[in-house]
Amino acid sequence: MDGVKINLKVNGQDISREVDSRLLLSDFIRESLYLTGTHIGCEHGVCGACTIHVNGDPVRSCLMLAVQADGCEVKTVESLIQENGKLNYLQQAFSDNHALQCGFCTPGFLMTVSGFLEENSKPSEDEIKKCISGNLCRCTGYSNIIKAVKQAAQTVSN
Amino acid sequence: MTKYVGQSVKRREDYRLVTGTGQFVGDIRMANMVEAVFVRSTHAHATIKGIDISEAQALEGVHVILTGMDIDGIIKPLVQFESHCALPPNLEEAINPTIHYCYEDVLAKNKVMYVGQPIAVVVADNRYVAEDAADLIKVEYETLTVVVDPFKSLEKDAPLIQEHLQNNVQSDFHVTTGNAVQSLKDADQILKARIQTPRVSSNPLETRGVVSTYENRTDQFHIYSSTQLPFEIRTYIARSLDLVEQQIRVTAPDVGGGFGPKGGVHPEEILIPYLSKLLKRPVKWIEDRLEHMTSARHSRDQIHDVEVAFNQDGTILGIKDHFIIDSGAVNYFGLTCAYNSAYHLRGAYKIPNYDVTCQIVLTNKTPNVPFRGAGRPEVVFVMDRIIDMVARRLKKDPVEVMRKNMIQAEDMPYDQGILVKDGAKLIYDSGDYPAALDQGLKMIDYEGFREQQKELKKQGKLVGVGISTYVEGTGAGPFESAYVTIDGSGQVVAYLGSSPQGQGHETVFSQICADELMLSPNDITIRVGDTTNLAFGAGTYASRSAVNAGSAIQIASAKLRGKVLAVAAAMLEVESSDLQMENGKVFVKTNPEKCVTYKEIAKAARPGNRCRVPGGMEPGLQVTHYFVPPTVTFSSSVHIAMVEVDKETGLVELKGYSVVHDAGKVINPMIVDGQVQGGIAQGIGAALFEEVVYDEKGQLLTGSYMDYLLPTSMEIPTVEKSHQEFLSTRNPLGIKGVGEGGAISPPAAIANAVVDALDPLEITINQLPISPSKLRNWIKEAERKKFKIEIG
Ligand code: FES
Ligand code: FES
Repeated sequence: MDGVKINLKVNGQDISREVDSRLLLSDFIRESLYLTGTHIGCEHGVCGACTIHVNGDPVRSCLMLAVQADGCEVKTVESLIQENGKLNYLQQAFSDNHALQCGFCTPGFLMTVSGFLEENSKPSEDEIKKCISGNLCRCTGYSNIIKAVKQAAQTVSN
Repeated sequence: MTKYVGQSVKRREDYRLVTGTGQFVGDIRMANMVEAVFVRSTHAHATIKGIDISEAQALEGVHVILTGMDIDGIIKPLVQFESHCALPPNLEEAINPTIHYCYEDVLAKNKVMYVGQPIAVVVADNRYVAEDAADLIKVEYETLTVVVDPFKSLEKDAPLIQEHLQNNVQSDFHVTTGNAVQSLKDADQILKARIQTPRVSSNPLETRGVVSTYENRTDQFHIYSSTQLPFEIRTYIARSLDLVEQQIRVTAPDVGGGFGPKGGVHPEEILIPYLSKLLKRPVKWIEDRLEHMTSARHSRDQIHDVEVAFNQDGTILGIKDHFIIDSGAVNYFGLTCAYNSAYHLRGAYKIPNYDVTCQIVLTNKTPNVPFRGAGRPEVVFVMDRIIDMVARRLKKDPVEVMRKNMIQAEDMPYDQGILVKDGAKLIYDSGDYPAALDQGLKMIDYEGFREQQKELKKQGKLVGVGISTYVEGTGAGPFESAYVTIDGSGQVVAYLGSSPQGQGHETVFSQICADELMLSPNDITIRVGDTTNLAFGAGTYASRSAVNAGSAIQIASAKLRGKVLAVAAAMLEVESSDLQMENGKVFVKTNPEKCVTYKEIAKAARPGNRCRVPGGMEPGLQVTHYFVPPTVTFSSSVHIAMVEVDKETGLVELKGYSVVHDAGKVINPMIVDGQVQGGIAQGIGAALFEEVVYDEKGQLLTGSYMDYLLPTSMEIPTVEKSHQEFLSTRNPLGIKGVGEGGAISPPAAIANAVVDALDPLEITINQLPISPSKLRNWIKEAERKKFKIEIG
């Protein structure tokens, strides 16, 4: 197997590894970096559970190879928590509004929404629905996720 | 005493899940761990002529490859799950069933019966290498005639799916009360219809997965599985591998949704442990989504042929129904869905003459098992379509026909004249269905809507309203277990046999326990999803956990309270009745200074010379209680859908969805509302989008999320919810189950709403999902018919 050297920053830490060129970024994050908060629901780019940030943009890590992240700045759900161990405003909003049941989809939603709120801190309900429409949740029926995003938006804009 | 029961206490599970530090099976890693990948059948019906593994075996990084022949005589084939299949003798007598056993080799040996059936397993350093190897395995097939249509499967010369049987009818039975045949003769009118619910897939967002380790020293397996039923897996692995249960520990860690099909036992749950012993190292298998679509079990797939006897005033006199369940290649769950269907069909209605026959038919498809609702969404769709068709035939508002036939509050408890699956009489214990209907109609201002609707239709806006009701037997037995203890540090720990897949067990059960032991929920540790701490456990399915595990922990906690007070009384030298407890302390009512803490009580309860436990009681502070419900308890609900239909595109837009439901005593309203909303979302999926489609060769056409459409945030409205609280008479807290309810009614409510929106165009929606292309066809057909009638 051909090893390729990659250098990247993950959750603020510099990482340098040799990887198989065919290794998926999602597997790299989970298996090599032990960051198992990034979940895999479909591996064909539809469910959004594997959403992370690459250079500030939400992307599906199951559709990227690890080698493509060379030189990039990656953020995963593990980066959201505050230094004092408290939930950040978005995580708190999810918990306050019962926006998760099994929680398997949740990291993907959090990463999709956190990017979105940075750009649009006063979204309408329709904008919120659109923003999360690429993430599947099989448990909640979405309404509490929408409520949570509204609460989070309010916190951001205050 | 209920300080926390009834409150929307925030979930204790959330912290780990929102920080990405939960632990699902896929997240488990162990030193020396290797990964397995399955080779699955690409044919729906074929003989296996040979399997060539030579090239695969030569690949670097491959540790072992097993085929069916390698485990022949070592691992027993899967058969039906006895705990879900056994029928009480009085029910057998009443319904006279024929049931044939089916078998499935954990790796197909001689022939394959459905696409996706496991044929071989490869274990390699990691999944990448294992998949490379799997690709190199060559299976030689000789194809057999494929049957995907259950009616073809019933034909005389149909090829046999299970070869030891005489034909493809796996089971059948007959339920009857009154005289339906006579009612068809007596009635003013008769309606005949074929009403069917397609095959769907539960699709939890986490696929299945198993990790197993084997410890040589203790000769024990520790198996992690994304399962709803850890205890059932323990039993079946013991049976399949000739072990005793003591050798097997099963853990269900965080489980990412289940909804039914993660119940039962799958071949992988037996093979991965076997491999871990063979290789003497941990083995992991994580299902991918394609495997999930082909090989994780499907559900529903019923076809009903009904005849309905009714009078001019809308009274329904009788229903005669013959229905078929397409069970795929194996039926693991006996009459679970089938009998659920048979006993739930009449729902909230009084229909004295009722006659149902059912056949469970085998075909070359993935096995069919219970999924949220388990036989109920199918028959609620039948019943509510009947109400709607009768009303339209009589030119009446459907609400009038509903009212005419509904069981009244004063009829409670109401005996439906047949039996529940557990052998008890089908007697509704409590509820007020007409009041629920009125409450629902008020929520949406039904009268007002009907006025508005006329106007809107004139403007070309095709809006409609549709209603569905159901009565659901929830909280099925046989039992659930709770073991509550106070450990040496004074901490209350409760173990339950029922494990969660997102329902919030750690939260709701700590609420119940907290109330009994006068603590806060955060003071209580809840342990679920492990077979080590309890002798028996049942599991999470059939809307049963709150009812059964909830009652078990309540009673166990109450017993423990009695013991804590007895020990404290001995320590403080007073009577138990003089004591009060609060915040982990027990004190004398008249002299609160005089007190002992739980920690001190736990110490005083330790066995030995200084033990202060009163004579006649065992030392220690622990209580086990098995709650055995007398029978199921009946939840009920009214669902109302408002839609707008675009006649040109056939697109159905949900304008609103309202529900009134009775779940008896609610432990945590936030969680109950979440269950209702989530269930309704799945029901909306089934109504409008979801269908597992096979071609005539038995090839799955819906193998990805591009083809199998799950609803997104754009399609699911926020449901308006309103509650009734008629306490169940069948458990101490008065709880009724709620997990499945939401998913039951949406197909019926939405179909009725679409029919209503298109009225006066006469369309009949007796099939699902109501996809744009199908609806377009039904509209065209109705228009053609109408045009024909108009020009004579
Ligand atoms: S796992 Fe990447 S989108 Fe589903
Ligand atoms: S909470 Fe289970 S999939 Fe979203």
